Amino acid sequence: MSNVSANSEYVSYLDHHGKYKGIMSWIMATDHKRIALLYMYSIMTFFIIGVVLGIMMKLEMLTPGETIMKAKMYNSVFTLHGILMIFMVVIPGLSAVFGNFFLPIHIGAKDVSFPKLNRFSWWIFVVGSIMAVLSQVLKDGPPDTGWTFYAPYSTTTSSNVIMATAAAFVLGFSSILTGLNFIVTIHQLRAPGMKFFNMPLFPWALYATAWIQLLATPVIGITLLMLIAERAFHIGFFDPALGGDPLLFQHLFWIYSHPAVYVMMLPAMGVITEIIPTFCQRQIYGYKAVAVSSLAIAGVGFLVWGHHMYTSGMSDTARWFFSLLTFIVAVPSAIKVFNWITTMYKGSIDVKPPFLYALAFIFLFIIGGTTGLLLGSVATNVQVHDTAFVVAHFHYIIFGGMGFAFFAAIHYWLPKMYGRMYDFKMANIGLVINFIGFNLLYFPQFVIGIQGMPRRYFDYPAKFQPAQLVSSIGGFILVTGLIIMIYTLVKGARKGAPAPANPWRGSTLEWQIPSPPSVENFDEEPVIKENPYDYK
Amino acid sequence: MANNTTHTIEYQSLSKTLLILLFLTFVTITIASVHLGAFTLAVALLIACVKSFIVLSNFMHLKYESLLLRILVGMVFVLFALIVAITFIDYAFR
Repeated sequence: MSNVSANSEYVSYLDHHGKYKGIMSWIMATDHKRIALLYMYSIMTFFIIGVVLGIMMKLEMLTPGETIMKAKMYNSVFTLHGILMIFMVVIPGLSAVFGNFFLPIHIGAKDVSFPKLNRFSWWIFVVGSIMAVLSQVLKDGPPDTGWTFYAPYSTTTSSNVIMATAAAFVLGFSSILTGLNFIVTIHQLRAPGMKFFNMPLFPWALYATAWIQLLATPVIGITLLMLIAERAFHIGFFDPALGGDPLLFQHLFWIYSHPAVYVMMLPAMGVITEIIPTFCQRQIYGYKAVAVSSLAIAGVGFLVWGHHMYTSGMSDTARWFFSLLTFIVAVPSAIKVFNWITTMYKGSIDVKPPFLYALAFIFLFIIGGTTGLLLGSVATNVQVHDTAFVVAHFHYIIFGGMGFAFFAAIHYWLPKMYGRMYDFKMANIGLVINFIGFNLLYFPQFVIGIQGMPRRYFDYPAKFQPAQLVSSIGGFILVTGLIIMIYTLVKGARKGAPAPANPWRGSTLEWQIPSPPSVENFDEEPVIKENPYDYK
Repeated sequence: MANNTTHTIEYQSLSKTLLILLFLTFVTITIASVHLGAFTLAVALLIACVKSFIVLSNFMHLKYESLLLRILVGMVFVLFALIVAITFIDYAFR
């Protein structure tokens, strides 16, 4: 534990408007907590749009042939679903919302190192998001390339690829600046006594994530600029007709986009690593192993991009090399899962919604992770490449992993963020419906994927209809669960009972200050004396 | 935790650094017209890395920073080299 002084003249950050009033007090805010909420409201808006697009796809897949839309429209819908969910929801999701809110508090700081840059990052995020939405409505029509913008198709299609890629380019700057801010904050603003190895594990995960954001995102930026240059000026980077190489696009795209999976997943793992010790009232098992495994995932995760390209025409040498590296990156992920489960052993477990969401995360992440090994192996990958199996694996990792970790995080930290509690019973009902709906939605995709159902097809043979029907029903159940969950959380945040400072008996610094926190978090700089998970 | 020490570099030293960078830029342009076969890209990347190192070290004051920061930046160069090398495992063995 640490010496923490509560603010004697306490004013919640929600009530402190600074020199601006009304909506301007939010748009012009430099307080990391207000910026976190700005990100959360933006991201939740895009998430809801993404879910609506997902349900449109599930409606289309209810029956073979055209159900509610034509093939071209279906291509545009899954492209927009992908762009929204990847670039505007899951990549910024956990680090921009909960990282912004809790990183400074976890390390005993008043704010991030560059508060104005932090605000600027959100502004850029909004501009990029508006550009992404505009790409759907401008006269050339919505892009139909999928979120991967694969060349050479993306260099020749008449749809609005330039606007969509420019949007992703701009959104990338937001990510880079956030990563830079977090790295400097962790290096410079840790409270006295807080060495790297007695920092909580969520900041550790954010630190590893920030390096990926900083180093990998410029690669996609350059790649998208090259794509725009090829479309606008016919410079032959990727199109073989112009002397380019389409595999170069795939290499460059995945050099960013595979590490980007860890931008999504590492903070998710960090959230789970915070929740489990709190609800088990136990020191995390293998603190250093969990901390270092975040760095290992970030490091090795940079080198495995080729497993997305086994069937693209890469050399055999490259294929086995990438396969080997892919299996290596599974090791630090497995270390985390082992340590979470071992932490629960003989713990004093308090079964509350955040903990249940964490359990759901572990269950879904294990399915997503082990099916990832199937895709990491060249021999099996070539059988299921570009099938619904990949869709299922991807969603088990991204939605089952990052999505459920986001839900776990909001259930865990909402009392601190808003100073109010929510209805546990309703939260648990939402969780159960979400869990059932999620598995019904995505598990059948594993089965029909192995049977040969391609992904991104709006039509399919009649033999796949029962599984598609189950999947669509799962989608509707999941949406029901999401509505219940969002209603419960919004109601709790607005009208819930006042939350105590430490409702879960947590040991990290955010639980030692009032709920919601004051503007400067701490009245005096805390002095750290012991490890962050001291439950003796 | 903060390391707020400031460093002032002499204009003479900055000018020398600038001259070295300009010389390396000249080398990059010159060497582009020399036929080096498979090594063309490697040489260009090597010169670019040396220039980056000089900028980081002198203009961005990395040489005055802690060992940890210098190691972290060094790791970035290692990562870049690995990514380029692994990419060429595909192109070289295709």
